[in-house]
Amino acid sequence: MSYTQLKRVDLIFDTEATTKDILQTAWSKTNEQIVNELLESGLKGRGGAGFPTAMKWKFTSEQAEKERYVICNADEGEPGTFKDREILFKVPQKVFGGMAVCAKVIGATQGFVYLRGEYRFLLKELQKQLDDFHAILKALSINFNITIIMGSGAYICGEESALFESMEGKRGEPRNKPPYPTIAGFRSKPTVINNVETLVYAFMITKHGAKKFKDLGTADSRGSKVFSISGDTPKAGIYELELGMTVDQFVEEFGDGDTKAVQVGGASGFCVPRKKFKDTIIGFEGVPTGGSMMLFNSSRSMYNVLHNYLEFFEEESCGQCTPCRVGCQQLIKGIEAVKKGEKHAVYLDQLMKLSQTMKITAKCGLGQSVANSFSSIVDNFKEEMIY
Amino acid sequence: MPEIKDLVKGLADTHGRTRESLIPILQGVITHENYISDEAMTEIARELDISAAQVYGTATFYSFLDTQPRGKYVIRVCKTITCAMKGKNLIIQELEDLLKVKLGETTPNRKFSLLETNCLGWCHKGPAMLINDEAYTELTPEKVREIINEYIKK
Amino acid sequence: MAKNINIKIDGITVSVPEGTTILEAARQLNIQIPTLCYHEDLCIAGNCRVCVVELKGARTLPASCAMPVSEGMDVLTNTLKVRTARKHIIELLLSEHNAQCTTCYKNGKCELQDLASEYKISNGETFIDLVPSKNYQIDSYSPSIIKDDSKCIRCQRCVRTCEELQHVSALGVAYKGDKMKISTFFENPMFEVVCTNCGQCVNRCPTGALIERNYIDQVWDAIYDENTHVVVQTAPAVRVALGEDLGIETGEIVTGKMVTALKRLGFNSVLDTDFTADLTIIEEGNELLTRLKRALVDKDPSVRLPMATSCSPGWIKFIEHTYPEYLDNLSTCKSPQQMFGALAKTYYAQKRKIDPAKIISVSIMPCTAKKFEADRPEMRSSGYKDVDFVLTTRELAVMIKQAGLDFGKLPESDFDSIMGQSTGAAVIFGATGGVMEAALRTAYEVVTGREVPFDDLNITPVRGMDGVREAAVTISGTKPEWSFLEGATLKTVVAHGLVNAKKVMDSVRDGKADYHFIEIMACPGGCLGGGGQPVPTNKEIREKRAKAIYQEDAGKPIRKSHENPEIIGIYAEFLKEPLGHKSHELLHTHYKARQRY
Ligand SMILES: Cc1cc2nc3c(=O)[nH]c(=O)nc-3n(C[C@H](O)[C@H](O)[C@H](O)COP(=O)(O)O)c2cc1C
Ligand code: SF4
Ligand code: FES
Repeated sequence: MSYTQLKRVDLIFDTEATTKDILQTAWSKTNEQIVNELLESGLKGRGGAGFPTAMKWKFTSEQAEKERYVICNADEGEPGTFKDREILFKVPQKVFGGMAVCAKVIGATQGFVYLRGEYRFLLKELQKQLDDFHAILKALSINFNITIIMGSGAYICGEESALFESMEGKRGEPRNKPPYPTIAGFRSKPTVINNVETLVYAFMITKHGAKKFKDLGTADSRGSKVFSISGDTPKAGIYELELGMTVDQFVEEFGDGDTKAVQVGGASGFCVPRKKFKDTIIGFEGVPTGGSMMLFNSSRSMYNVLHNYLEFFEEESCGQCTPCRVGCQQLIKGIEAVKKGEKHAVYLDQLMKLSQTMKITAKCGLGQSVANSFSSIVDNFKEEMIY
Repeated sequence: MPEIKDLVKGLADTHGRTRESLIPILQGVITHENYISDEAMTEIARELDISAAQVYGTATFYSFLDTQPRGKYVIRVCKTITCAMKGKNLIIQELEDLLKVKLGETTPNRKFSLLETNCLGWCHKGPAMLINDEAYTELTPEKVREIINEYIKK
Repeated sequence: MAKNINIKIDGITVSVPEGTTILEAARQLNIQIPTLCYHEDLCIAGNCRVCVVELKGARTLPASCAMPVSEGMDVLTNTLKVRTARKHIIELLLSEHNAQCTTCYKNGKCELQDLASEYKISNGETFIDLVPSKNYQIDSYSPSIIKDDSKCIRCQRCVRTCEELQHVSALGVAYKGDKMKISTFFENPMFEVVCTNCGQCVNRCPTGALIERNYIDQVWDAIYDENTHVVVQTAPAVRVALGEDLGIETGEIVTGKMVTALKRLGFNSVLDTDFTADLTIIEEGNELLTRLKRALVDKDPSVRLPMATSCSPGWIKFIEHTYPEYLDNLSTCKSPQQMFGALAKTYYAQKRKIDPAKIISVSIMPCTAKKFEADRPEMRSSGYKDVDFVLTTRELAVMIKQAGLDFGKLPESDFDSIMGQSTGAAVIFGATGGVMEAALRTAYEVVTGREVPFDDLNITPVRGMDGVREAAVTISGTKPEWSFLEGATLKTVVAHGLVNAKKVMDSVRDGKADYHFIEIMACPGGCLGGGGQPVPTNKEIREKRAKAIYQEDAGKPIRKSHENPEIIGIYAEFLKEPLGHKSHELLHTHYKARQRY
C-alpha cells in the first residue's frame, strides 16, 4: 500500500487555535482582505455545486437590500455522505466561526444552521456549543446570532432554494432560478448559503491566509476535502485528503483488493468502473464529489445499486416538475422491465435519452443529476442490466 | 380533543404564529404524540390562520412528520445502498420477528412502529437505524434484540 | 421606468422591458412556445417544463416561462434538442395520465391532448404506462365540481388559483416524489371542505382533472319528457361569453341567437335571469335603505351595516366558512337565480296556469357554485326544488352543438314572457361593480326622485378591473320621507375575487372601513369571469366581456330596474310591495355558519 500518495490533511479537525483567536484574527482584517484571501485560496463550495465561495460572499455583500442572512447547510442527505455530521460533532465552533466571518463580510446579524432531522441527536450538544460561541461573540462585542433550524426528513431540502422554502414553513419545493440566493434567498433577502465544510475551510483560510490551502490540490480543485468512505472497504470512515488524486490511487488505499466500481459523489454522482480508475481524477476536473465515496467489489450487482439509487430519487424528488417526478418512475420501471425481459435491451437506449432530457430540463439539481449515476452505471455495466 | 388544542396552543405560544412557525409546531406535535392527527392539523391551521390543506400538504412532504398513528418508538431502518449491502434485510427480518409486525406497521400496543427510511448518514457503520432521535449503528440481529429488549422494558 | 433589454429569439432581435420572460418576449414575436403550468392570472410555477428553450451557452434548457431576459441572450425555440426534450416531457405526462380521451368530458378541450397531437405522440414509442400502478381517486360527491386524480398533470394551476385568486386553499399539494398529488385537507371530498364551488380551478385546469358536474343528460331528459314544462333562465354574463365556445369572437353579445338556440333545443319557455336581477335591485335597494333608516333614525343596534350583496354563491359559502360572524351583514335577498326559481313555480305557474309540480326549472349560469346553491335546503320555498338543474355556459354550448345548430347562423329572437323582460341595470350584474351600479341607480332615485348624478347613468368609479374599488355618493335634495339622508355620503366598495373579498372583510372587521354597502363577487371580473364560463380565461378576455356588457347596457331602452314594466307588474299583481310578506316568503333567506376547519 502506498500511503504516501494520498496526502492526509488536518485543517478541518485541527483544534490548535481557539475559536476566539481565529475570530480576533478575522476581525483584524478588512472585509476586502477576507474576500481576497478566499478568492486567492481558490476555495469552492463543498456542498456539491462547487461555486467559488469568495464570489458568493462578495455578490451578497454588494446587494442594495441591507437585511442579509448566512445559512449553514447541514442537511447532509446525499447517500454515502456523513462528514458534516462528524464536523458538527467534533468542531462545531469552527462552523459557527465560519458563519460569523461570513456575516462580517456580508453584513448579516442573523445566521441559521439547517440541521437534517436525522441528526437531531446532535442538537443538544450543538446548542450547548452554540451558547458558548455566543458568549465568545459577546466577549468580542460581535453582533451576530445563530439559530438552529431542524429539518424533518426530506433530502431535497438540501437544495438551497428548497431549504429556504422549508425554513419559511413550506413544502421544500425548489424555486425558479434566477433569482439566486445572493439576491433573493431566505425571506427573499440576499443570502449566503454554504455547506458545513465550506464554512470551516473559510474560517481556517481566514486564520492561515490563502497559501496553506492553495498549495494543496490542483488548479481546478484547490485544497483538501473531507471524504466519507463507505461500502466494500476495510477502512470505512471520514478522511481529510488533499484533492487531485485519481480513483486508482484512492482505490489502492481504500479498496478491498476486489473493487469493481467507485461511486463518486453519492447517488447523484458518477460511477467509475475499474477500467477508468487510472484516468479519472477526483475533483472538479474529473468527477466532482461532495465527499461521498462508495466502493463496490465484484460481489455486488450494479443493477441493484442503480435500482437503489433510483428508488431514492423517486421518493426524494419534491415531485413538482415533470422530468424528475415522472422520469424517475420511468427509469425504475424501465430497468425493471429490461431486467425481467419484458422489454428488449434497446429500451435502455431510450431510457438513456430520457435521462439526458432530465439532465437538461429538470427544475433543480436533483432531477438534473439522476442522469449521472444512471448513464454511468448503465453505460459501464450494461450486461448487468439485461435479463 | 382539548389536550391537542392545548398542546397546539402551547406550541404556537412558543414558536409563534407565522408561517415560519409551522414546521417547528408540527415537530412539536410529533415529539408529544408521535404523529399528527387531523385534529392537530386543524388546530394548527386555526392558530396560524392558514388553510388546513396547506398544513396537510406541508406535513405530508416531510417523512418525519407522520400523519398516520405511530407507536411511542418509531424505528426507521436505513434502506440506502451501503446499509442494504451490509445486511439491512436481516435487520428488518429480525425486527419483524421481534415485534411481530410487518414493515410499515405499528404494534397493537402502540409501542413500536417499524419503518424504512433513506440514508441516515451512517454509511460507514451500516446497517443503521434510528429509534426516535437515537441512532444505532453496525447492527447485527443479536444487537437489535438487545436494543429492542431495552426498549420493551422502558 | 424599466430599462429595455435586447435579446435574440430564433435569430430575430427584440427589445423588451427588463423583467420580461423569454416566453413573453417570444409571444411578442408571434413565436409560439407550448405551456401547461403557465397561466396569465397566476404566479409563475415553472414546474411542467414543457416550455423549455435552448439558450446559447447554457448547459440546461431553461423554462421560458420562468426565465427573465438578460442582455444579449440568444434563444432558440425550435431545435432538435428542444423538440426532443418537449416530446419526452409530454410523453412522461401521458404515461402518468389516464389518457382515455374519447370518453373524457374534456375531449377536444384539453391542453395536454392538444400538445400530444401537436407533437404526434404515438402509442408504441411512449414510456411504460404508470396509471395501473397508481391509486387514483375520483371525487364526485360535490354537486358542482368533479376531481379526477387520474387526469391530473400536477401543474398546480388549481392550487395557485385557489390560493392566489380566492384565498381559500381548499386544494393544496400533498406528499412528495412519485406520490405527490393535488389534495384537499386529508384527502376529504371537496364537498366536505372549505371549497366555495366557485370553479375558478375548473376554468384553469388544462386537462379533465377538474371539471364541472354536468347535468346535460338530465336536462335533455326533461326536455323530451312530454309531461313536463321546462323553463329556462339565462344569467346576464352568459350572453357575452357563450359565443366563445361556438366559434364567435370574444366580446360579442349573442343574446338573440342564444334565445333562438334555447327555443330550438326544446325548452318550453325561454326566460331571463335579468328579470330577477332587476327584482333583486328593488328588494336589495329597499333593504339597504331600510337598514340605513333603522340604523340612523331608529338607532336600532341590531341593524347590521355595512350590508353586503348576496348574489354570488361562492361568496356566500366563503363568508359562511370564513366570516360567519358577518352573516347578518349579508343582504337577505336570494340570488337572482333563486328568486327566479321560487317565482317560476309560483307566480309564473299561476299566471300560465301550469301545475308547478310539472315545471322543471333550468338555469344557464356562468357559474359552478350555482349548482351547489340550487341544491341548498334553503332553496325550496316554492314547495319544490326551486331550480332543478343548473347548467354552465359551457354545458349549454355542448347542448347547442349536440343539437346540430349552426350557432353563428341562427336568427335572433326575444325572450318569452312573463319574466323575460329586463333593463340595462340587470345586464351589468354580470360584471364586477354591476350590482352596485344598478342598486345606486335605483336607490338614488328612490331617495331623491332624480337620476344618479353621473353622466348617462354610467357610474364609472365602480367599474373596471381593480380588485377593490371604493366609491362615495353624496345625497342631496332628498324627498321628505328620506330627509334623514340629506347630505349623507353613502360609502360603497366593490371587490371581486375572494382574495379581494378578504381584504374588504378584514378592513371591516378591523374597524378600518366604514362602508354602508359592499358588493362582492367570488370570481375575478364578476360573473363574466365565472367558473362556468368558456375556457380559456385571462384579463384580456374578461375585459372584452365586460365591454360587451356595458355596451348592452348602454343600448337598452330602459336602464333602471324600477322602470322594468314586468317588475312593476309583478309588484302590482303578486308581490304587492318590496320586502313585503310574499317577498319574505319567496325571495329572502338566511344562511348558517359553517366550519372553517
Ligand atoms: C438535491 C440537492 C441536495 C443538496 N443537498 C445538499 C446538502 O445536503 N448539503 C449541502 O451543503 N449542499 C447540498 N446541496 C447543494 C446546495 O444547493 C448548495 O449548492 C450548497 O449548499 C452551497 O454550499 P457550498 O457553496 O458551500 O457548496 C444540494 C443540492 C441539491 C440539488
Ligand atoms: S428536479 Fe426533482 S426535486 Fe428538483 S424541482 Fe424538479 S421534481 Fe423537484
Ligand atoms: S409552462 Fe413553463 S414550466 Fe410549465
